[in-house]
Amino acid sequence: MGRGQALPSAPLHGVRVVDFCWLWAGAYATGLLSLLGAEVIKVESMARVDQTRVMTFTLGKSFEGVENSSVFNAINLNKLSVRLNMKHSRSVELAKSLVQVSDVVGQNMRPGAMEALGLGYDVLREIKPDIIMLSSSAFGCKGPYSNYGGYAPTFSCGSGLAHMTGYADGTPNPMTGSTDLMSAITGAFALVAALNHRQKTGVGQHIDLSSVESQGILAGDALMEYLVTGRVPHRCGNRDRITAPHNCYRCRGEDKWVSIAVRTPEEWDAFCDAIGNPEWTLEERFADAYGRHSHQDELDRLVAAWTIERTHWEATRALQEAGVAAMPSLSNEEIVNDSHFKHRGIATTVEHPVMGRQVVFGVPWRLSKTPAPVRKASPLMGESNQYVFGELLGLTSEEIADLEEQGVIY
Amino acid sequence: MSMLNSDTEIERPGALGHIRVVELCTGVAGPYCTKLLADLGAEVIKIEPPGIGDDARQRGPFVDDRPHPELSGLFLHLNTNKLGITLDTATPIGGRILRELVARADVFVEDRPPLLAKELGLAYNELEKVNPRLVMVSITPFGQTGPYRDFKAYELNSHHAGGEGYVLPIHSQEPDREPVKSGGISADCVCGLSAAVAALAATFLASSMGIGQHIDVSKQDVLMSLVQNHVCAYANLREVHSRLGRGFLTVLPMECLDGYIVITIVTDREWRSLVECMGNPAWAQDEKYLSWIGRHSNAAEINPRIEEWARGLPKDELFHKLQANGVAAAPVATAEDLARSPQMIERGFFERLVHPVAGELQYPTTPCRFGETPWRGDSAAPLLGQHNEVIYCERLGYTHEDLVKLREAGVV
Repeated sequence: MGRGQALPSAPLHGVRVVDFCWLWAGAYATGLLSLLGAEVIKVESMARVDQTRVMTFTLGKSFEGVENSSVFNAINLNKLSVRLNMKHSRSVELAKSLVQVSDVVGQNMRPGAMEALGLGYDVLREIKPDIIMLSSSAFGCKGPYSNYGGYAPTFSCGSGLAHMTGYADGTPNPMTGSTDLMSAITGAFALVAALNHRQKTGVGQHIDLSSVESQGILAGDALMEYLVTGRVPHRCGNRDRITAPHNCYRCRGEDKWVSIAVRTPEEWDAFCDAIGNPEWTLEERFADAYGRHSHQDELDRLVAAWTIERTHWEATRALQEAGVAAMPSLSNEEIVNDSHFKHRGIATTVEHPVMGRQVVFGVPWRLSKTPAPVRKASPLMGESNQYVFGELLGLTSEEIADLEEQGVIY
Repeated sequence: MSMLNSDTEIERPGALGHIRVVELCTGVAGPYCTKLLADLGAEVIKIEPPGIGDDARQRGPFVDDRPHPELSGLFLHLNTNKLGITLDTATPIGGRILRELVARADVFVEDRPPLLAKELGLAYNELEKVNPRLVMVSITPFGQTGPYRDFKAYELNSHHAGGEGYVLPIHSQEPDREPVKSGGISADCVCGLSAAVAALAATFLASSMGIGQHIDVSKQDVLMSLVQNHVCAYANLREVHSRLGRGFLTVLPMECLDGYIVITIVTDREWRSLVECMGNPAWAQDEKYLSWIGRHSNAAEINPRIEEWARGLPKDELFHKLQANGVAAAPVATAEDLARSPQMIERGFFERLVHPVAGELQYPTTPCRFGETPWRGDSAAPLLGQHNEVIYCERLGYTHEDLVKLREAGVV
């Protein structure tokens, strides 16, 4: 790329990634890069199937075969795939050749696994000095817990995020598979930062990402509280540390809720106006932020008496018109049918060769000049063998067929 | 452990040492976005309104519980390594100075409501005329377009609008209780993190092609993308998900002797290891438990059994024993546990920074160890207007007299 050339449709056009990532936490890191236009080549094998091709424990589902997983599809969009059985030394050599013509390597095996395969950063740097490599693992690849593994709940619990999530009088909550994606977005951030650095200096590097820490830093306010006051903060549902009302309130209908957050004095006045200034709003105990926060149990009951008479959208519209922050707690069904969601268009459809038409998410932002579209569904396993081994690495069709015969390409 | 305290550590330029950023943001999401860039070496000029500054300065936790705009732990955390100036961007001269700053920047991050941004003259198509390479990032609750564009939302509202709140707490047994948001400021921070990915992808392109662009970040979009599997489950399969318990295998933390532990069993090998750790109890030999789907379908039987075993044991003992045997387990950590974690301490997750008012404090740094370009421990968050002289006089060429006048006029 250079000045004077036509603008590509996505900002990372021209970047090639060798993708040893699997599971959500790994695959979505390189998945974001592929959505952003990088050519991401997933290296996989029937000898080591990405678990998300066959099941998802966070949604409690298993899939028939390896090409029927909507969750694999969702986070591996735009990617290519080759099959390489790493138990063969020839596979390792081919992987190295691929690294030689690539910019980035991503992997989230247990620390030490890539080294055991002969594909550690020190080796890869020898063959491609400016390679950028992301190693993502549960606790990080250095330190006393580096051999420890984890899944999404391990990350959110180990990081302090689960301790801070849930009812004040309830158990800690690990959240959904979203925590995997938090780690993945962190990995994508590290990679685009390293790409910017390499672009300027020509220097590549290794990045050691701890998924636990990726969430620890997102709950950085809890850490700061301990570090600056010595107090250990505790989860508090929807509530805020100093303002009220600040909660979800039941509305008319089945399991319908509206979230309302009133922070400033102006917002309190606007809130009172919007709900028709009932007498209780004039009570002295609710006259200032301190009083409202100190009496928030009573305040919440009074607010809920107003919301229960309305649908969550009626409550939202009345409050928003007055300048008060309110939104329904939206279910997945409501989101899909929502006019704003449809307008924003971050979800789109792709045609998957086995599953057919699938609704998927593209990049979650709107980029004005390089929109970074979803170009294709996730790859079938090995669908890019010919392109990668033939065009990129220069093997003949006979050589590729031989490698398939020998179980190298498997 | 600290770069500041260590004489042997050689300072290397950060990964983003060549990138200049202007931030016109308040609160959490925008400041967290630019903090991520500043911590990797970018020069970030943070613009705060004169007098009160960033909203985060008014919110705790405060150092030693002393409420003061320079002692907010929240602000100190979200604004490390930045330069700080004050500017009333709503005044004509303030608007002009803002545009001067943006003209020299690689990245401009702003979080004003779309209507207000327009009034302030922050339209990208105007700014790109003076700086075609500019990457402008707008972070707002619902984005720059669409029917909810002008809605107001705090983190609570954004999280519930994003769809994850509705399914939290996951596997709840209390149908009458309200959905809840994710803990602390995490949802806003994820939005800032996500925006930073887009920003750096765009600077990468801007460096090679000389063309910037506008990035419209809707917090709702970002948060929905985190639960895209739930959203798509409805879009593709018409499945409606709620937070009520679906009895999954070992997803929830279990109570143990001195806290909670989460034990996640996915593979058959992990199951066999767990059974071994539990001392091969007779109940676990049932062959219907041999496959994941078998275990998953019988989670209601299995979970209480594991819980019964774990209840009598301390969390750290469980953690190390299970992990040593290849089982993904973690105690539910509190902030104190993390601050004392041998893993985080050895990895240098915490660094000491010195701040003129708050003094020397420990800060959480980054989950990523960059081999060549470490986290930057240069400076703590700026005092309100700390770098006015440097930026206005040395950088933009205003005289000291100009600066005095601007101060008197309340612009700076």
